[in-house]
Amino acid sequence: MAKIKSLDELMKIRANVQNKVDLREKGENIDSLIQVHVAMATCGIAAGAREIMDFIIQDSHKEGIDNVVVTQTGCMGYCYAEPTIQVTLPGKDPVVFGEVTQEKAKKIIEKYMKNGELVDGIIPVTHKTVE
Amino acid sequence: MANEKMHVLVCGGTGCLSAEGEEIITNLKSQIAEAGLDTEVAVLKTGCFGFCEKGPIVKILPDNTFYVRVTPEDTEEIVKEHLIKGRKVERLLYVDPDKNEAISDSKKMDFYKKQMRIALRNCGFIDPANIDEYIARDGYMALGKAVTDMTPDTVIQEVKDSGLRGRGGGGFPTGLKWQFAKSYDADQKYVICNADEGDPGAFMDRSILEGDPHSVIEAMAICGYAIGATIGRVYIRAEYPLAIKRLQYAIDEARNYGLLGEDILGSGFEFDIELTLGAGAFVCGEETALIHSMEGKRGEPTTKPPFPAESGYWGKPTNVNNVETFANIPVILLKGADWFSSIGTEKSTGTKVFALAGKINNVGLIEVPMGTTLREVIYDIGGGIKDGKKFKAVQTGGPSGGCLTEKDLDTPIDFDNLIAKGSMMGSGGMIVVDEESCMPAMAKFYLEFTEEESCGKCTPCRIGTKRLSELLELVCNGKAEMRHLDELKRLSRVIKDTSLCGLGQTAPNPILSTMEAFWDEYIAHVKDKTCPAGECSNLIKYVINDNCIGCTVCAKVCPVECIEGERKQMHLIDQDECIKCGACYEKCKFEAIDKK
Ligand SMILES: Cc1cc2nc3c(=O)[nH]c(=O)nc-3n(C[C@H](O)[C@H](O)[C@H](O)COP(=O)(O)O)c2cc1C
Repeated sequence: MAKIKSLDELMKIRANVQNKVDLREKGENIDSLIQVHVAMATCGIAAGAREIMDFIIQDSHKEGIDNVVVTQTGCMGYCYAEPTIQVTLPGKDPVVFGEVTQEKAKKIIEKYMKNGELVDGIIPVTHKTVE
Repeated sequence: MANEKMHVLVCGGTGCLSAEGEEIITNLKSQIAEAGLDTEVAVLKTGCFGFCEKGPIVKILPDNTFYVRVTPEDTEEIVKEHLIKGRKVERLLYVDPDKNEAISDSKKMDFYKKQMRIALRNCGFIDPANIDEYIARDGYMALGKAVTDMTPDTVIQEVKDSGLRGRGGGGFPTGLKWQFAKSYDADQKYVICNADEGDPGAFMDRSILEGDPHSVIEAMAICGYAIGATIGRVYIRAEYPLAIKRLQYAIDEARNYGLLGEDILGSGFEFDIELTLGAGAFVCGEETALIHSMEGKRGEPTTKPPFPAESGYWGKPTNVNNVETFANIPVILLKGADWFSSIGTEKSTGTKVFALAGKINNVGLIEVPMGTTLREVIYDIGGGIKDGKKFKAVQTGGPSGGCLTEKDLDTPIDFDNLIAKGSMMGSGGMIVVDEESCMPAMAKFYLEFTEEESCGKCTPCRIGTKRLSELLELVCNGKAEMRHLDELKRLSRVIKDTSLCGLGQTAPNPILSTMEAFWDEYIAHVKDKTCPAGECSNLIKYVINDNCIGCTVCAKVCPVECIEGERKQMHLIDQDECIKCGACYEKCKFEAIDKK
């Protein structure tokens, strides 16, 4: 390990290692972040939920939206519309989108997550989760 | 790293590890690898989460799922269900005892809601064996700021302004102590961290050292810079092997990064730390005894003054602070004295870590703002008394402290309030007792402890504590007379006034405070020869009453075979033979045995 020779160098190292704890810090402040839940039961995975999850993580980062935390959840019960994702803006009710393709995910990120504008494909919420 | 979507944190504190934590980690890692998720899910061994009652604990982030009482057999389900399919394993979630509902997010649990974590900020959050994680949490930034942008005087001023007071028991203002140490000129000065932690039931300092060792290392270096010391020593009890290991590892990591050693961060400031292992004597937590022990002498105190700030380790100016005191320092420098002093009460700023123990539902480690009431700690965070029993008292300050009762429950906890109520903050042990605990017996427990731990140097403490525990023995055996109670009081005062160090000066406190609050109970032992709480075995009797149907269960469980009686006939206990173990009382289904 090279020695750190100044406060500036220490700050550079901090910037490099920030991602180690980023995910956890997001968890701590989850209520003030945009939460995206990707339904990841067998039906969701078969329909490509895993790829959608990766896409959302990368694309939202590219779009400069840092206050988003993406987690997976179990089957939300909308098997007819997989992949489904649930997006919760801070302080708002969760909104579920069905049949999410990459294009649609992009729209959701650009319109809903960035500006709060609704996009097509919203499914009425019927499920409940343990808090 | 960038690909990681989930972090699985497993408590690596002494408590959880002794309950198969290590196996849980191994299982998780191999099962995650088998599932091909090892690039997406990281498993980390962290420090204590505090909720020891429910350990081993596994926490999944970012969704904050908090699994309790996890066994190595549970890991497969966690991996298959939660990590692969995103379904929470409901049977492992914490169930709120009041509402009988499962709670998944730890932030919504009563145990955590009223807590505020400053000293424990990284415990249960980072991997203590990875300096990068500490740095990612602004670690060593405070040291960097101090040595690059601040003078020793401005560092001391900031600590003074924060109002921080020592967390080792005395509550002495930390900034002032640093100023004293700085004010003496010497060719060598020392910074000592007191990690002796000898209070029965206390494990605050151990948890900080196990869960966030760098916070203490960083703070010691800051202190060295402020007072002009280049050498730091941690006096840590040898009974804390895991804390020692993690601390030593962290010191090595810090050295490799040049955060300890010569010319730290290019500032020219030099500082390094070594460990000294203590053999676990309570008196060695007293700072002068600690210093003598470090010098290879007998661990005995000497009179103050001179204080260590003037003449300490090898006669040089030395600053001694407690582990938790140090853990607060980096945050104070980064967030500022104003921020820190806005938390807590006017004269006790910041937070305090407590080890909750005894007859309380949520045994564990907590950190609350000063000024939180005992009621909030015991009922909201601690979840109330075990088995629906009644609260009787809480002992704060360990063997040096006193008991607080029902009438004190709404007292905001701070240094001065607890002293005004006849107890003290101490280092943060909090032992809750219920209606079935006998107060003279509790006083006896503490006095036996201080008698054992007295170093023997001064007579009042050496002989006095022995006499006190003998007197309490008489009380608990029903052999005491009223004059013995007078003697207890008189002797207590003498010992308080004449002992050499804090150990003896405070040793009688458990007696005086229980006498004050539970005088009736002492009288019952002396005059009526009874123990109202039913704990003193020489004063209780088990007697079979008319409810007995002769089921013979009691006779079968009696280990000394002193219960006689024909089947379907009332049984009888031979009082001379009975050892009062209570086994029959617990087994009887017909409420046919009275405890008197
Ligand atoms: C009998 C006795 C035991 C003590 N044990 C401890 C201990 O285990 N840990 C500790 O930090 N301070 C202990 N102290 C207090 C120390 O003497 C000293 O005041 C403290 O380490 C100073 O640090 P602080 O100002 O940060 O609290 C003890 C004092 C006495 C009289």
